[in-house]
Amino acid sequence: MTPIDEALLRSLTPGVLGVLVRRGADFAAAEDAVQDALVEAVRVWPDDPPRDAKGWLVTVAWRKFLDATRADAARRRREDRVDEEPPPGPAPGTDDTLQLYFLCAHPSLTPSSAVALTLRAVGGLTTRQIAQAYLVPEATMAQRISRAKRTVSGVRFDQPGDVATVLRVLYLVFNEGYSGDVDLSAEAIRLTRQLAAAIDHPEVAGLLALMLLHHARRAARTAPDGGLVPLAEQDRSRWDTKAIAEGVGILQAALARDRLGEFQAQAAIAALHADAPTVEETDWVQIVEWYDELARLTDSPVVRLNRAVAVGEADGPRAGLAALAALDDALPRYAAVAAYLHERDGDLTTAARLYTEAAHKAPNIAERDYLTRQAARLNTRRDR
Amino acid sequence: MAKYLLLKHYRGAPAAVNDVPMDQWTPEEISAHVQYMNDFAARLEKTGEFVDSQALAPEGTFVRYDGEGRPPVTDGPFAETKDVIAGWMIIDVDSYERAVELAGELSAAPGAGGKPIHEWLELRPFLGASPTIPECTFK
Repeated sequence: MTPIDEALLRSLTPGVLGVLVRRGADFAAAEDAVQDALVEAVRVWPDDPPRDAKGWLVTVAWRKFLDATRADAARRRREDRVDEEPPPGPAPGTDDTLQLYFLCAHPSLTPSSAVALTLRAVGGLTTRQIAQAYLVPEATMAQRISRAKRTVSGVRFDQPGDVATVLRVLYLVFNEGYSGDVDLSAEAIRLTRQLAAAIDHPEVAGLLALMLLHHARRAARTAPDGGLVPLAEQDRSRWDTKAIAEGVGILQAALARDRLGEFQAQAAIAALHADAPTVEETDWVQIVEWYDELARLTDSPVVRLNRAVAVGEADGPRAGLAALAALDDALPRYAAVAAYLHERDGDLTTAARLYTEAAHKAPNIAERDYLTRQAARLNTRRDR
Repeated sequence: MAKYLLLKHYRGAPAAVNDVPMDQWTPEEISAHVQYMNDFAARLEKTGEFVDSQALAPEGTFVRYDGEGRPPVTDGPFAETKDVIAGWMIIDVDSYERAVELAGELSAAPGAGGKPIHEWLELRPFLGASPTIPECTFK
């Protein structure tokens, strides 16, 4: 018995699928066949590892495709005949993988469909794994994926796609983090790495760098009790220096291309944090400059909110509050930022009230508990 | 991709437009209502948005700890309890707007006279997982 290399197996998925589609199989049927072949590989390989893993998968997937097509044809009593031998067709293109990313992130798909389809068709995850990761029933996820496949069924495989939509999908996967038995952040990094190998694009590199830099801090971000540890309080010795070095290297090469985009700018901010040996040594002035750049690129109010925090660090809490005053107080996390800046400014009563308000509006449990603790810390202080 | 709870009340929600209690519907009206609910859930499964659906008995028991070595105290049900949950559906959708749209459809389930009940459903977002890329610098 040889333990199966699941990462290798899954990395072969897009290439095998690409071969089937190039041979003329329609995308939906080819994708099902590749899934079947992956399942068979998991069953057979431990006892009988193939010499050519990809060749094995192509052969088995093609056979599965033919079987399914034949069964389908018989069921519909159609006369259509499918040739035993694969048609010669064009040679498997090196850009098959890239085309698959484009197809799975097609703009006609909703974000949740694009994510699910990408994880299955490009990532090689099973429907069950994806369902577990997103905490929905397997039947629901199966339907979401088959609907997504129907939606893109008319899209030509060789049509050029939009890198930006692919990056948004990968960003969503990364942000989902870790739940169930699939580490979606690690999977997003793997998929982004694979994309970076298929296309030379500074924003792909920027996203990969951003992911690596955030992933590097993961262990330090959570307390033993599951609570959130803010950046300033993280034990920096627990940051993954190898991932940081890789992220910084990738980012520097991307920035040198002089085609700035939002992911490179976000990664630059993450890199400046990662670069500071202690929180006091953080280069907040440069971080504010990057936020200015990011605001210019995205025009996002969330970016301006984050910028207000950075301004508060660079120029003092009064300056941060002044930057905040220009923003809409209905923005998510506005109260949290206001609370933090008021506390730094010494107005603990206002800060406590705002922390409570922020906890009430928090979008997730980790933030809610963190903000409640902040309010409690101020409300129970001895010198009141 | 966010989960929402669609909460149905026995008591406690504002009055529905077609506010005739179920025990005064005809058997056919009840069947039509049940069918609508089942079809709705089946349709959401097909769109890949269904997570869970459950109904609750109207009466329950209040339970609390009563000290080391003692059995828990039970009490109730209390006839005066204002808010009584009848059941829920959990959906996983791309946006708040979609959640509102679906809750609106569920509220259109037929009641007396085969007309939509227009009952008030409470829509509550789940607190999600903490995003991996914190949207705030201080995290």
